[in-house]
Amino acid sequence: MGTGKFASGELMAAALVASGAELVTVALRRADLTGGKDKFANILTFLDPKKYQLLPNTSGARTAEEACRLARLGREATGSTWLKLEIHPDPRYLLPDPIETMKAAEILIKDGFTVLPYINADPVLAKRLADAGCATVMPLGSPIGSARGLETRASLAIIIEQATVPVVVDAGLGAPSHAAAAMEMGADAVLVNTAVAVASDPVRMADAFKTAVIAGRSAYEIGLAPQRQEADATSPLTGFLNQ
Amino acid sequence: MSFVATFNSLPAVELRRHSQNATLSEFETALQHPNLESFAVLISPAADLEKLAALAQKTTLRHFGKVIRLYAPLYLSNECINICRYCGFSRDNPILRVTLTPEQVAAEARYLQTEGFRHILLVAGEHPHFVSNNFLRDCVAKLRPEWPSIALEVGPLETEEYRPIVEAGAEGLVIYQETYDREVYTSMHTSGPKMNFDWRLETPERAYQAGFKRIGIGALLGLSDWRSEAIAVAAHIQYLLKHCWKAQINVSVPRIRPAAGEFQPLSQVTERELVKFVCALRLTFPEVGISLSTRETAKLRDGLIPLGVTMISAGSHTEPGGYTGQGRADLHLTKGGRRIDSEGEHATVQFEIADNRSPAQVAAKLDTMGYEPVWKDWDISLNG
Repeated sequence: MGTGKFASGELMAAALVASGAELVTVALRRADLTGGKDKFANILTFLDPKKYQLLPNTSGARTAEEACRLARLGREATGSTWLKLEIHPDPRYLLPDPIETMKAAEILIKDGFTVLPYINADPVLAKRLADAGCATVMPLGSPIGSARGLETRASLAIIIEQATVPVVVDAGLGAPSHAAAAMEMGADAVLVNTAVAVASDPVRMADAFKTAVIAGRSAYEIGLAPQRQEADATSPLTGFLNQ
Repeated sequence: MSFVATFNSLPAVELRRHSQNATLSEFETALQHPNLESFAVLISPAADLEKLAALAQKTTLRHFGKVIRLYAPLYLSNECINICRYCGFSRDNPILRVTLTPEQVAAEARYLQTEGFRHILLVAGEHPHFVSNNFLRDCVAKLRPEWPSIALEVGPLETEEYRPIVEAGAEGLVIYQETYDREVYTSMHTSGPKMNFDWRLETPERAYQAGFKRIGIGALLGLSDWRSEAIAVAAHIQYLLKHCWKAQINVSVPRIRPAAGEFQPLSQVTERELVKFVCALRLTFPEVGISLSTRETAKLRDGLIPLGVTMISAGSHTEPGGYTGQGRADLHLTKGGRRIDSEGEHATVQFEIADNRSPAQVAAKLDTMGYEPVWKDWDISLNG
């Protein structure tokens, strides 16, 4: 789960519980990184590190250099070496920069971080990042906050099929059915934020996503029936051969 | 090619005419196709304001969620060499003036920190002697250790003059064209470097080249026909989104407030029209930040917040030393640009504010409205 866009810290905390999330990402730019326990920048106080694996993110960074600087400060402030690497130079569509992300991932992995990079659904980039030592890849379904679902489905399928690290489908999941679809495809996890945070009842919506993720995962493990264009003839055309 | 060329070739008259004469069915169509032409229709008299507001609210919620960023203006100086007929700081106004030292600026800023602010906007009149580039750089450098986000609203500078200020830690730049009507601009700005319309119009691009990450623009509403101004602002946003693509573009919709000089607005913009403008901006530019200052009343501000606003100021003072009385010993009256020593309690304000609630009261109101007041939404480590 993501932690942005919620009406209050309390509501966010309640939605996290309802979602059953294990990984929780938080924008370092909203937290106090000076160690001063700033009560006006207290988003971290709503996140219990005993309950969740904290995944600080570098949202706001536009270059590898900015991301690395923020990541290091964040590690000191939060104690977490896990990092969601987000580099989007374009504040309008928030699409990730593949070149800067690759550069930053290599530096941060050497620096001891467990790096989970947010990327476009680019199968080659996903392989390159996995080869570089990233813990997962986090391809987007559609742009952040767009609620358009799995617009990148065909590329996601290649990423999942080729993956040697867990695949977390991140961004654009506007409905529980989108999350279920990603899980049915074989994604290892999804990351959801806007759809829950701006819902009229974020706690119930978080629960709806949880149910969808469980259902999608079960369906993937069981194996879905193959899809067909035509109906299956009950009287096979070659049935006479058996007579 | 800068925005000046684009602006000069804008079919402004046609867009304005279409904006005036659009029908309800054209309005319905415009809702489906966000672009400059449809923006002109969205602000037309025929526009269904309630429908516009409902869509703007949804769009804002999806892109920005239930959070509002807070910021505070801090006035460094009210010295100014320009004569601008509408501005309280105009050189020909006999007002009490002062320029704070960087230490005094830091003292004012510390007060704002106790109020909760972590985003600060440094504001000053235009004066190459009192408000020099080095002075601005020194103020930013002084604040940098304690402020995650520093923006400036000062007279336009050259790209190379901006760079040291960015390197010192400034992240945002706000520059209002005041009016996009060349004729009115000329009649409003009768002396000083601000007379140069094109130089000012190109400022956002120079700021971007210098490395500012957040750029704010706008027109001062009340100088010229508001629909023409709105269309020009929209055209400017559209240009900046394409050409300054790494910057967060923000827009503001300030209306003229009472100030020294007793300037009376030349053109009226009703609250209803202002709401229409904000909603049309939101629908046309879903990702653009919209800031709203204490120029507007509490009632209007609270009403506008869900419809598109993303940043607000609170508890503002529009005079240097306004928060803690810094610089009082140096106050002086100037008349026609000449200094006449004088005693006074406070420097003169740029304009009167209309929402007198404290930052804590505004934050509490946001909370009851179902919005989280976000005080810190940036980190200094993100600045080069």
